[in-house]
Amino acid sequence: MKEIVLNVFILLTVIPCLWVALSSNIVHAAFSLLVTFFGVAGLYVLLGADFIGVIQVIVYIGGILVLIIFGVMMTQRGKLLSLSVQLPGKLFAGLLCGIILTALIMAASRSLWPVAVSLVNPEPTSAAIGDLLLGKYLAAFEVVSVLLLVALVGAVLIVRRSVRGE
Amino acid sequence: MSYSLQSFLIVSSLLFCLGMFTVLTRRNAIGVLMGIELILNGAGLNFVAFSRFLQPSQTASLLSGQIFTLFIIAIAAAEVAVALAIVLVLYSQMKTIDVEDFKELRG
Amino acid sequence: MLGPQTVKNILWLIPCLPLTGAVVNGLLRRRLPARLIHIIGCVTVFLAFLVSVSGFISLLRIEEPHNRLLIQSLYQWLLTVWDQGRFSLTVAFRFDPLSATLCLVVTGVGFLIHLYSVGYMAGDESQGRYFAYLNLFTFSMLLLILADNLLLMFVGWEGVGLCSYLLIGFWFSDLEKAQAGMKAFIVNRVGDFGFFVGLMLLFWSLFEGSNGGVSGLGFTELRQAVPLLASASPVLGVGVVTWIALLFFVGATGKSAQIPLYVWLPDAMAGPTPVSAFIHAATMVTAGVYMIVRLNFLYLAAPAALTVVAVVGAVTAFYAATIAITQNDIKRVLAYSTISQLGYMFLAVGVAAFSTGIFHLVTHAFFKALLFLGAGSVIHAVHSNDMQEMGGLKKYLPYTYLTFMTAYLAISGIPPFSGFMSKDEILWATFNSHLSVPGLGKALWALGLLGAGLTAFYMTRLVALTFMGTFRGGADEEKHLHESPLVMTIPLIILALLAAVGGAIGLPAVTHLPNLLHDFLSPVLSGHGSSGHEVHAYGLEVLLMLVSTGVALSGIGLGYYFYLKRPELPDQARARFAAVYRLLLNKYYVDEIYSALFLRPVLKLVALSGLFDLQVIDGAVNLSSKITAKFSFLVGWEDLTIVDGAVNGVAAMVQRWGDWIRHLQTGRIHQYLYSVVLGLFGLCVFMLLF
Repeated sequence: MKEIVLNVFILLTVIPCLWVALSSNIVHAAFSLLVTFFGVAGLYVLLGADFIGVIQVIVYIGGILVLIIFGVMMTQRGKLLSLSVQLPGKLFAGLLCGIILTALIMAASRSLWPVAVSLVNPEPTSAAIGDLLLGKYLAAFEVVSVLLLVALVGAVLIVRRSVRGE
Repeated sequence: MSYSLQSFLIVSSLLFCLGMFTVLTRRNAIGVLMGIELILNGAGLNFVAFSRFLQPSQTASLLSGQIFTLFIIAIAAAEVAVALAIVLVLYSQMKTIDVEDFKELRG
Repeated sequence: MLGPQTVKNILWLIPCLPLTGAVVNGLLRRRLPARLIHIIGCVTVFLAFLVSVSGFISLLRIEEPHNRLLIQSLYQWLLTVWDQGRFSLTVAFRFDPLSATLCLVVTGVGFLIHLYSVGYMAGDESQGRYFAYLNLFTFSMLLLILADNLLLMFVGWEGVGLCSYLLIGFWFSDLEKAQAGMKAFIVNRVGDFGFFVGLMLLFWSLFEGSNGGVSGLGFTELRQAVPLLASASPVLGVGVVTWIALLFFVGATGKSAQIPLYVWLPDAMAGPTPVSAFIHAATMVTAGVYMIVRLNFLYLAAPAALTVVAVVGAVTAFYAATIAITQNDIKRVLAYSTISQLGYMFLAVGVAAFSTGIFHLVTHAFFKALLFLGAGSVIHAVHSNDMQEMGGLKKYLPYTYLTFMTAYLAISGIPPFSGFMSKDEILWATFNSHLSVPGLGKALWALGLLGAGLTAFYMTRLVALTFMGTFRGGADEEKHLHESPLVMTIPLIILALLAAVGGAIGLPAVTHLPNLLHDFLSPVLSGHGSSGHEVHAYGLEVLLMLVSTGVALSGIGLGYYFYLKRPELPDQARARFAAVYRLLLNKYYVDEIYSALFLRPVLKLVALSGLFDLQVIDGAVNLSSKITAKFSFLVGWEDLTIVDGAVNGVAAMVQRWGDWIRHLQTGRIHQYLYSVVLGLFGLCVFMLLF
């Protein structure tokens, strides 16, 4: 049963992902990306990371993807939709990525990972993550929050200046 | 595929390489951004898979990998916000989002 | 009326109502019509006054005086727990007889000043900003008064300093006024620094000595911790308590304009006149006196510090009065008189007559607010601050004149006006004080008495120059003389009533009537309050009263003789004592001395380091360059051939490489991306091969 669910989510992740990479229409790619993100969220939940899964849905699908789709909508103009490099470039990139993929898969399957002997049953993680964020990882947490703030202020500033400049 | 570390690593490698391919082949700036998101998702999946399957050590708790992914998501959000702002500004200035046309930006 | 429990739960309203006004007026200052701004500004303060009154009444209804204490804890600000104990700071408001008295004064007098401002500021284009600042000022002062611990008090303390800066420099487009604001801020900062160092020293010595026995900076806890502090080992030969008390007093001299930090107050006249009234009467300058009375237990443990307070107070009282005699700006005279009166308050506090100090604070709030608002009314009519251009205003401004006269009699110390009651009580307490130096009490009493005579003299001069005689301004101005609108005269009348009968709250012992204020405040004050009630020497007290009344009357008489009877006399006196006159007119050159002592050395240092830069460093550089030039001339020929050849060769090479490397920076994103991916590819290949 678990296997079936896992495979469903893997397919849900990989097939739209192929579409993102290969589709010539950027709008289609953006919507396939949505399904990919959803699949990854499902994988997270299968891995016992319920909190991350929810965050993935909220931030990636609710935030980042909406932003990207906004960007696509605001900048779509005829041929801009299907901008991509020439065929030789594609082939070269495909070759390169294929080699790297092979290397990665070989490394993943051949390495002797120090896998835990018996898997503990996953528990709800929100409380523990909250403790860690405000304890052990407080400094990183604060730095990331400042980074987010700066990024948002910066983004607003960049766009605003150009609006005023016009 | 079976419920094992290797399956997840293979899926994340696929996400990573397809993202890389997207980044290399798209000339649309937003398309490049999408590829970067795929790469980041692959990395995040990797971290969570390791935190699930690997033997927890003395220093790192079970959740360290998940927290890493959390930070990756936060940074991805920041990155997308800034990148899209830049793309929109460039679009309003140059009426294009073709990354090949952005070479005018060099110093 | 409300029960104590209810009052306890609504204490937060007292400071927060003016804060609401400040926020609303501050944010919507451009949107709201002026009328609404006035209503918001005044009503919030008035509501705070009503809450204070109901709190005051419910305090009175508590039978046992020592239970008259209401504390509202809003939230825990900071909590540290360790194995030996705990330390917590709460945002809590403390309503006891002392803070109740001050709250009534601040909100009551404050409300009248807000009301007056409606008339005074009519037509000004930034009224929203003005009322927002004024409300914020009220809020800061109430926070300072109601704070239950020193740190929260410090927040209010700083807020008051900030608001004074904002309001003194209210008309900031005028450079001189903006500078006056800055001066106030910087001088206050010096004092605040003392306060803050004292706070840290207190904190440090509490936790160094008690080993966690003290759980906070609340006033109740501090009072219990004083014996512990007193037993701590001395620092630099002086007890820790004395150091702390002295450092806090430095803060008080800044806020309450005492020697040596009084210089900002006369310049603070740059702000609108109601602001001056607010600063002088209700807020700001009373903060220092209040703080010392609040920490009376600390000061009683440090008699040496108390003596310093008394001496500084008495000297300031006399010193500022001498300056006031020669000033021609009506507001400046009043400013120096405030400094002088504050000196009396510190004198009272310094001889441990804390309730008397508060008594004078209250009566002074009434008559000084009245004096300033009256002066504002005069300025409103004459459009000038210079008393040389006034005179004879009695018939043009009848209400202002009458109310001003009440305040004048009060400040001069004529019985039975309020000023007489409080000032006489101070002098009596000083006379009976037991300071560590024998005979000092009597000397300070004499100084205070002399100051009282001078006060009567310069106030007579002020009244004579302003209201008596004939108008000295031009005929054009005379046509425009008018009484102020009702919204300005009503506060004057109310304040006049208070200034006249306000002394009833602290009747001298000789009347055999209870001294209401003293009895009310006594639970807050530890130990004795030597307001003279313990010494039952009525004969002596009556004698001293007669003496001080006599001194005041002779001051008035002298002023009358000089400025009304024989107006040529002042000029003759000025000519005869030219040196003294110049000294006083220039305020003992203190501003100049400060600038010579502190400002100029800094500028000198700047100039000196500039000179050093120019002479020494530049000289060295020039010298070395000269040597180099000589030397290079010698090796010039060799240079041209061998070295230049090498240099040119290198340059050509760099240029060639640069041309080549430049092609890497194409600006094409895909090339950059490829370089990244190729690097990754290289890494993979490396890992697979080895």
